[in-house]
Amino acid sequence: MNPPPFPDTAEQEPVFSDMRDGDSDEGEDIFLGSSKTGAESPSVPQLNIKAETTDLFAEQASSTAPTVGLGTGGSSNGVQSDDDNDLFSDAHVELPTENASSSTPSGPRPAATFIPGTADMQTKSMEQLEEEEAKDTFDVDVAVTNPEKVGQFTPIHFSLHNVSHYQSSTIKFNLYLCFNNVLNNAIIPFHHYNWKLYLFLSAGDGMHAFMAYRVSTKSTLPVFRNKEFSVKRRFSDFLGLYEKLSIKQSLQGCIIPSPPEKSVVGMTKVKVGKDDSSSVEFVERRRAALERYLQRIVAHSVLLQDPDVREFLERDELPRAVNTQALSGAGFLKMINKASDAVNKMTIKMNESDTWFEDKFQEVENEEQQLRKLHIVVDSLVNHRKELCGNTAVFAKSMAMLGNSEDNTALSRALSQLAEVEDKMEQLHHDQAASDFFILAELLADYVRLLGTVRGCFGQRMRAWQRWQEAQSTLQRKREAEAKLLWANKPDKLQQAKEDITEWESRVTQYERDFDRISVTVRKEVLQFEKEKAKDFKFQIYKYLETMLQSQQRLIKFWEAFLPEAKAIA
Amino acid sequence: MFSTLLQEGLDDGPDFLSEEDRGPRAVNVDLQTDATLQVDISDALSERDKVKFTVHTKSTLPNFKQNEFSVVRQHEEFIWLHDSFVENEDYAGYIIPPAPPRPDFDASREKLQKLGEGEGSMTKEEFTKMKQELEAEYLAIFKKTVAMHEVFLCRVAAHPVLKKDLNFHVFLEYNQDLSVRGKNKKEKLEDFFKNVVKSADGVLVAGVKDVDDFFEHEKTFLLEYHNRVKDASLKSDKMIRSHKNAADDINRISSSLYTLGTQDSTDVCKFFLKVSELLEKTRKIEARVAADEDLKLADLLKYYLRESQAAKDLLYRRGRALVDYENANKALDKARSKNKDVLQAETGQQLCCHKFEKISESAKQELVDFKTRRVAAFRKNLVELAELELKHAKGHLQLLQSCLGILKGDT
Repeated sequence: MNPPPFPDTAEQEPVFSDMRDGDSDEGEDIFLGSSKTGAESPSVPQLNIKAETTDLFAEQASSTAPTVGLGTGGSSNGVQSDDDNDLFSDAHVELPTENASSSTPSGPRPAATFIPGTADMQTKSMEQLEEEEAKDTFDVDVAVTNPEKVGQFTPIHFSLHNVSHYQSSTIKFNLYLCFNNVLNNAIIPFHHYNWKLYLFLSAGDGMHAFMAYRVSTKSTLPVFRNKEFSVKRRFSDFLGLYEKLSIKQSLQGCIIPSPPEKSVVGMTKVKVGKDDSSSVEFVERRRAALERYLQRIVAHSVLLQDPDVREFLERDELPRAVNTQALSGAGFLKMINKASDAVNKMTIKMNESDTWFEDKFQEVENEEQQLRKLHIVVDSLVNHRKELCGNTAVFAKSMAMLGNSEDNTALSRALSQLAEVEDKMEQLHHDQAASDFFILAELLADYVRLLGTVRGCFGQRMRAWQRWQEAQSTLQRKREAEAKLLWANKPDKLQQAKEDITEWESRVTQYERDFDRISVTVRKEVLQFEKEKAKDFKFQIYKYLETMLQSQQRLIKFWEAFLPEAKAIA
Repeated sequence: MFSTLLQEGLDDGPDFLSEEDRGPRAVNVDLQTDATLQVDISDALSERDKVKFTVHTKSTLPNFKQNEFSVVRQHEEFIWLHDSFVENEDYAGYIIPPAPPRPDFDASREKLQKLGEGEGSMTKEEFTKMKQELEAEYLAIFKKTVAMHEVFLCRVAAHPVLKKDLNFHVFLEYNQDLSVRGKNKKEKLEDFFKNVVKSADGVLVAGVKDVDDFFEHEKTFLLEYHNRVKDASLKSDKMIRSHKNAADDINRISSSLYTLGTQDSTDVCKFFLKVSELLEKTRKIEARVAADEDLKLADLLKYYLRESQAAKDLLYRRGRALVDYENANKALDKARSKNKDVLQAETGQQLCCHKFEKISESAKQELVDFKTRRVAAFRKNLVELAELELKHAKGHLQLLQSCLGILKGDT
């Protein structure tokens, strides 16, 4: 299948084969399709390249909206056709040279293509892209519900009773089965011929137990098989998805939402069957975090098209994800910090006509710090509210006792009523503490992590720039070497030198293109991220204010009920 | 630093105790304002480590030189007056109004110091906000201590017997320093031993079963009540402190949001600024709620803790007198049987009898009055508490509704 013809793709093909050399960019190059399959490197006359490279540097791009790096906007809205899907999966990318004739050179100079030379070009295409995105509404709703504890590899005893006239015998078998339903000591009748088979299943606690979550999706997008469907997933599945996405996408500068962190302590308590409030809270916290994680992923235009995401949402059984160690907690942070360190360690200042990236990076760093501080204070609020909740409960009991010993009957009753009001207040404080936590604190925690990811993206761009610069300096060296050889008149080595130069010239072109592409991606991603962030914050804060409102309404009810009791004291 | 601040605010006398706070005078007691003697604290000054109260008296009684006059008194002088009542044998049969607690600004001072030390680490807005808050707290404590001293004086003035006490009149009128020094170490030690003896004796006396049902019932009731009030008072303090801490946190969140909001002038930043403002107002309301709970509930409990202790003291004194009476009876019998010092024993016994009966009589009335006062005070405070809670909750609700309306209308 041929990918939709990108204008002027043909001329750029030769660099494709070099992509794999010394390039950590093993992921899919979205323009050129998957690098996994050995795509044929078409033979394009080198002459063309040479001419074009000089042109590249000299001129302004004047092509139409380069749909840089993203399947959306411009020519295609990625989710619509299966053809596009193949672009991202392991399709063969045929880069037929004969297409050169069919492709329509949109600008005066065919070479100028994807690389928007000037900022103006960029913003124009940016706006265009943004407009197009606004039109796309990603009609996908995802919810994560029903956390269930699942016992894995639990011995099942079943006994066979032969109900026929044969002598009944009970045979015990030990079978190891993996199942997804938590049933304590259920008996499942199973008929086989004249035999009745009773299965005793016992769901286990214990270290092999895990939490299964139901992931339900509702979508009218044609790419899914059904309109509504749900699957069961466990925590490591979510981490596995993140791993796959990171490898593929983050190197392009995409902002990948991060999943919640692993927690040995929290999970162990749940596994061994502790049913107290902290375990319940832990599970709820994790469930909510996983839900937000998925919602962010499906809200992201690029990620939604990723087949791994769709597989995650749709496929009934997923292969167990391994190596998720690296993606949790400390490991994840280290990865992010390495990437953003690249920015900090930059000794050579990037010569940018547009300070957008520098400014934005600073903004992101500042904001991350601010949010961190805010998160600490919100945490303190949650704790104090929990304290208040506890103290109110204790006080209520004390009041009840006082009411008991009071010998004036009306006063005694009023004091008991006061004790009841305080009891209700305890519940109120508890609920408010829960909203403080689940709405505000988690929001802030999420965004502190996400901003870290954004920093990482800037780091990726920096690395791309570095690569480009290094390639340029290598090219320079090669040219100098060639010049030396010419002067020293060594024709045999000259051929090699010329070949080297050619190679490096194409590399430089490629890396420059990569850099520009990642720049555009990062910019787009960051703008999108900011929009989402603004929406998210507003939405959550509204929700929080609404809970505050409800608290006050409840308070009013409590005290209005109490007032006549107090007045009745005589 | 605070003193200068408060001086400015306090020099205009009557304005200081705002209308709402005039209430505290009658908060814990239900007093009939007697035209013959009216006492109040019209002004107060806070200096480095002491508070000076201006006690203002209006009286038609002939034994005062003028009809209206004021003197300045310090906390120690109040304590002196209280102790003089306690030590006076004639007043053994009365519930002595509990002494006001010492003005305690230590906690506030500590917080102020911490704020000063941490000045470098917070923004200017945060610092001013926290300073304002501390000042408000200081003012609240100040008002409370004034109220408590006033209540003490009013109780004395309303008591039919105590109001005629000479020391009380001197306290009210003598416009020189009473040169009441605080107890020195020796005296404090004496006091300590006296208390030990007293509590041991108290146990002994309490063990004696009383013939009179009324007093027996009162004894058991007061003991249990006192303990439970103590417990309730402690727990209410803890609860209110948590409430204040939560309000403080909301303050800090508001400041943080303000900083976030000032980074830029985007839509989101404006949103943050508005929310910051809302939270600032929320915090003020929550702080008021905590303060009102403190005033109406915690203070009430604390006061009745002290009063119930005073009532217990009365019962102790009566019990003591009863034991003395019974001992005197035994001594008389012994003297009569031995026919030695009979007259002495007789007079002794008569004295004890007289004392005991006098105490019993007034004690009964005092305890009945105590009950009435208590019920009235609780009623007043609980009603006011409920009304204030409602007022604040409704205000808060309205604030949230209007703010949400504005925020949503903007987007």
